[in-house]
Amino acid sequence: MPDPVSEETLKEQRLLDSTLQSVDRAEEIAVAAAEELGFDEEDRHQIGMAVRECMVNAVVHGNRYSAHKKVHLTIRSASNHLAIVIGDEGAGFDLNSLPDPLAQENLLRQSGRGILLIRAFMDEFDLHPRAGGGTEVRLVKHKNRQ
Amino acid sequence: MSVKLNTRQVGDVTVIDAAGRITLGEGASSFRDLIRDLAAKGDKRLLLNLAEVSYIDSSGIGELVSGFTTVTNHGGSLKLVGLSKRVKDLLQITKLYTVFEAFDDEADAIRSFA
Repeated sequence: MPDPVSEETLKEQRLLDSTLQSVDRAEEIAVAAAEELGFDEEDRHQIGMAVRECMVNAVVHGNRYSAHKKVHLTIRSASNHLAIVIGDEGAGFDLNSLPDPLAQENLLRQSGRGILLIRAFMDEFDLHPRAGGGTEVRLVKHKNRQ
Repeated sequence: MSVKLNTRQVGDVTVIDAAGRITLGEGASSFRDLIRDLAAKGDKRLLLNLAEVSYIDSSGIGELVSGFTTVTNHGGSLKLVGLSKRVKDLLQITKLYTVFEAFDDEADAIRSFA
């Protein structure tokens, strides 16, 4: 079976500051890449939202707004999918430590829904330690889904 | 663009008209501050009109939830009206449709406070 990663072409690679402005910028870049690949408006909206949520996690929880830490944004495309990788330089993160936002006792929590939304909007979500420290997330959206 | 918030009275219901984006940062915090101030002032019937809200992220949803809790703790109720399909989808994904009463029509929403 062909390796989807090896079919991908690098579209964007940015080192972003740990600010809310970077969240907006990353969303714009991702949506532009999605438009270039021919995703429809609803898919572009979902991609933008997922990238926003991921960037907020990187800036706020990973890098804690540190001026000394960057967010690594990479966008790759293939004929049938868009892959976005977002990495922070924080202390690392255990996905299993998150409370379930859909559990009855957590519904009224103010935060904790970001990853739920990312998983709802993207076709693939993979979170792992980043080489060099921190956390890295790879998001993939497929075109022409059945 | 951040969120623009405007309040008006319909009988004893305070309607909050929101327009723009409710996202982490200025948008979400403006909303939080307004709800807190209205609840502290004693407004017990709040209706949030989201018809002109183009975008809401998980932080914005968190502020809706926080607002709901604040108003409820003050003995009041916060309801929603004018949800776009995207906002409805978000409430479905997050199971918050089980928490919020939401209406398509403002008149129906106002009547529900009686």
